[in-house]
Amino acid sequence: MQLRTEPFVLNIGPVHPSTHGVFRMRVTLDGEVVIDLEPVFGYLHRGVEKLAEERTYTGVVPLTDRLDYVASMSNNLGYVLAVEKLAGITVPERAEYLRIIMTELQRIANHLIAVGSFLNDCGAYFTPFLYMFRERERIVDLFDMVCGQRLLYNYMRPGGVSQDIPDEFMPALRKFLEQMPLFVEEYDRLLKENEILLARTKGVGILPAEMAINISASGPVLRASGVDWDLRKADPYSIYDRFSFDIPTGTNGDCYDRYRVRIEEMKQSLRIINQAVEQLPAGPIRSDVPHLIHPPVGEAYARVEAPKGELGFYLVSDNSIAPYRCHIRAPSLLNLTALREMMIGWKIQDLIVIFGSIDITMGEVDR
Amino acid sequence: MTIANLSVDTLSRLQGLAPDWPGGFWWHLLLFTVLIIAFVLIMVIVTIYIERRGIAFFAARVGPNRTGPFGIFQAFADGIKALLKESITPVSADKIAYWLAPAVVFAPVIMVFAVVPFSDGALLADLNIGILFVVAISSISTIGVFMAGWGSSNKYSLLGAMRMVASVISYEIPIILSVAGIVIIVGSLSLNDIVLAQQDIPFILLQPLGFLLLFIGGCAEINRSPFDLMEADSEIVAGFHIEYSGIKFAMFYLGEYGEAVVMSTIITVLFLGGWRGPVLPPWLWFVLKVAFMFFIMVWTRATLPRVRIDQLMAIAWKFLFPLALLNLIITAIQVLVWPDVLPWIVILINFAIAGILILIGSRFYKLGWGRIEV
Amino acid sequence: MKFEGYGKGIAKGLTVTMKNFLRRRVTTQYPEKKLSVSRRTRGNELVWSKEKCTGCGTCAKTCPQGVIHITTSTNLEDNKYEVIEYQVDTGYCISCGLCVEACPYDALMMGYAYERAKYRRNDLVLNKEDMTLETGEKQPSAYFHPELADSLPEQTLLVDMQISEKEE
Repeated sequence: MQLRTEPFVLNIGPVHPSTHGVFRMRVTLDGEVVIDLEPVFGYLHRGVEKLAEERTYTGVVPLTDRLDYVASMSNNLGYVLAVEKLAGITVPERAEYLRIIMTELQRIANHLIAVGSFLNDCGAYFTPFLYMFRERERIVDLFDMVCGQRLLYNYMRPGGVSQDIPDEFMPALRKFLEQMPLFVEEYDRLLKENEILLARTKGVGILPAEMAINISASGPVLRASGVDWDLRKADPYSIYDRFSFDIPTGTNGDCYDRYRVRIEEMKQSLRIINQAVEQLPAGPIRSDVPHLIHPPVGEAYARVEAPKGELGFYLVSDNSIAPYRCHIRAPSLLNLTALREMMIGWKIQDLIVIFGSIDITMGEVDR
Repeated sequence: MTIANLSVDTLSRLQGLAPDWPGGFWWHLLLFTVLIIAFVLIMVIVTIYIERRGIAFFAARVGPNRTGPFGIFQAFADGIKALLKESITPVSADKIAYWLAPAVVFAPVIMVFAVVPFSDGALLADLNIGILFVVAISSISTIGVFMAGWGSSNKYSLLGAMRMVASVISYEIPIILSVAGIVIIVGSLSLNDIVLAQQDIPFILLQPLGFLLLFIGGCAEINRSPFDLMEADSEIVAGFHIEYSGIKFAMFYLGEYGEAVVMSTIITVLFLGGWRGPVLPPWLWFVLKVAFMFFIMVWTRATLPRVRIDQLMAIAWKFLFPLALLNLIITAIQVLVWPDVLPWIVILINFAIAGILILIGSRFYKLGWGRIEV
Repeated sequence: MKFEGYGKGIAKGLTVTMKNFLRRRVTTQYPEKKLSVSRRTRGNELVWSKEKCTGCGTCAKTCPQGVIHITTSTNLEDNKYEVIEYQVDTGYCISCGLCVEACPYDALMMGYAYERAKYRRNDLVLNKEDMTLETGEKQPSAYFHPELADSLPEQTLLVDMQISEKEE
């Protein structure tokens, strides 16, 4: 005898139990199985693109910090590359190397938070989360030493970086580079073969490669589905073509593969930083750029491989001191396009795990 | 038999159960009742302290250390805070079920300690059905949970309560079967006899598989990680105690840690040798062993992620139940066929059998389910 | 015959957690022991040098939020405007440091202190009497002023404090 059940609507509200920001999902459930999903966002919309039209080109840099507030160096880099493309500014060598070091350190810091909160959502009661925050603290101390802030750095400028590194930066960075691989190995020992984690995440929330390319996903989400596409190798910007590193990819596109891709990317970032530290030249850190930049009339689009995906800045200028239009291509928003397809058919608890594995920041989604 | 005869008969039977203490039966009863209630409440405070400090130390942080020296009064502070909060009752709640549920959940916790020996012959009543009494009484708290879920008139608490009832029923069977293995070796159900029989070697060496089954089943019964779906912090349904606040919530909280103490006590008495130990007084050994077992539960909580609800049931029915059955059969064969063999040979054989069974079980059983087509 | 999933992963995880149990904790008991912040910290206040400031207003024009308000009069004393009012609303300030970078006379510095909470929002507006460098009350930080770096204490780093696995 088939029992007649009635689907009901559950609101996983903006005040989220698993903290990824203010994201709301209206889920239709039949018992425990998800039948339909409707995402609602916009709770953190601050009008960044409009605010950028009222600030000078240098004054927009603190604004871009606050897009993906977990990984602000990459946002700075993307915007600054767009301005340099628009105005035709060249960057000295030392500044390029410093930018690469900062961006790769930022990538490690971001993936630490991503994996830590993913494991928190899976249920490991804050322990791996706090271990990863302890490692992130070391990176954040280094950033504090260079630019004075721990979260929103405002470090890069059109034409270079804003300040040179102090003398105590290099010894501290070398100590960090010695300690970090041991900790990454410890995380692998804690969680890589854990049967409960495998049961929760293997085969769950599969994003097929075909669908991932169709929805223009990017970053670890795309690479975990098996597509070998990384902007640092496919369309190299800055001086990435001088370093040798690998691109980790997954096979299935499930949550476990996304988690593994992030851990492997951390190891590759350590490789890049090691090479950059050896090759770091002396010299000026900022080319001679006027206080107020007047780029010629035109438009430019620059993209970087942010830790969450492809972050793009599209700038239109009309020869004044402020951009005429600034549009931001946010990777988190586009990675969320396939949320509904990924979640239908799974249970409520899988919902949280899948959502945590995509790794979004609402500052980017809503801008 | 008249009513008067019946009551005299029962009383004399009860009096016959208590060991021969000075002062007679009623003083013994009073002393032990007070002692048991004090023991439970103090052990709950100690376990809350071990848990909070333990999880903090595992996560490279310090934990509460400002209320009192080394933070030992933190649980009192939490308790006073819970008492001072307003008790909100939902309008459409079923009054009797809603109000009685915390008591039904907490009372069995104290009742179980009536048959647990603190020292040689020091228990409230030496029932000859000891372990059966324990298992039966500890199942009553499930009814309390269901009363809480139904009486709250909230869809999500009913879901949480039903999940809990399903999981408790599933895990009763491996627990009972692993306990039955011990009972076969000892030959008596009374807890006092079980501890007295562990003279030379504790039963954890003789029955490693049974210990593992009882530990995993026990963690699942009392909803501790990795099986803590019902009280999960980072998932959606907050459990059967959503609508409770104030003193009633404090009783649920006490009840949860009380059940953890009960499970640690059962494992200690059955497998680790109760109050036995060389130098210190017996009751101190008892407390130390209970605290040690609880520390192992805290250790697994800090490390392991959570399982999903269908995986929880699948572990009980497909992995633990066949292992428990096989354990029972093998124990029975060993007791019948080789009753007088040197214990060391039996220990080695049992460890080998435990290892082989776990390996074979893991080959046949894979966790994880696919998605359901909608 | 390959055996997998029999609990080896769980056992390895348990050993890692136990090793962390025995390591040193990374928490600092805050009001009793404080860690030193970076020498270039962008704290939440500004420090203004009365002698070097000429009242040009570049800092006010550069600020993305527009929190600096300057009023000058045209009384020239040694070739500088007399600054009547120099007001910074630290409630709106985002501590980006663009004003410090923009000042052509190095007259503006970020503050070093970070415990500057007030009970009322109006108390967050700092006037030039609260911010002057020459009175010696406010400690400036070395953000864009590398000559001040040596007088500030060294930053405590976690890479120095935490014992790593190799040394244990």
